[in-house]
Amino acid sequence: MTLLITVFAAIITTIVWYKRDNRQEMQLGTLCLMFWGASLMWLVDAIVEYTELGAQFFMQDPADMLNDSYLGLSVVALGLVIWLVILLIKDPRGVVRSALANKSR
Amino acid sequence: MACFLVPASEAVVTTVIEKVVRSKENKNGDLTVKADADSLKVSLSEKLGWLNRMLWGGSALLAFEHVWHGEVVPTFPFLTAVTNGETSEMLQEMGTAGVGMAVLVTAIWGCMVAASSVISKRKVAASEETQKEV
Repeated sequence: MTLLITVFAAIITTIVWYKRDNRQEMQLGTLCLMFWGASLMWLVDAIVEYTELGAQFFMQDPADMLNDSYLGLSVVALGLVIWLVILLIKDPRGVVRSALANKSR
Repeated sequence: MACFLVPASEAVVTTVIEKVVRSKENKNGDLTVKADADSLKVSLSEKLGWLNRMLWGGSALLAFEHVWHGEVVPTFPFLTAVTNGETSEMLQEMGTAGVGMAVLVTAIWGCMVAASSVISKRKVAASEETQKEV
């Protein structure tokens, strides 16, 4: 489930990256690459697990699936937080800088 | 157990390489890119940036998964496998899954670099043809 949720997050962010004109300004490439990197790593993890468990790999307990789903959603949330922090630090539109400058006056 | 440490280590190395390449490009003034409307050429440092973002991002999210499962803890030695005396299993996992992750991400990045080269070559060929026609 974690792999599936991360792959869907990667696909959605890639579609947004493709459609938006301000992709560079919004650091959308970073978000896409982050989710794709994690998806590829979990894919390897899943392949290794499949070679060990065989068909049993696809027959998870509902409780495990629920836990994996929570993990997947948490991973997506963490990815978005990391992206947001990068965006605010780089501050391409100077919004944070101007807000801080206004406060210090 | 600790498979994310392998791509994270690769990320450290590729980040250093990117910094060195970028400073060389800045010195030589051949930082061609910043893919704009006219040019699709991408500098080597930019390409290395793609790999870095995939490796760092993936490793960070995987590290979170290990914390979630209690495999990474905030106290020394930080890895429960080491505390439980499962160091050899951990190293074996790093050698199989960890190396596999690093290799797959790097291979996909290689495909991205190859595709970008093909696209930029096509773009150059198309613009040369247009100039000939004029």
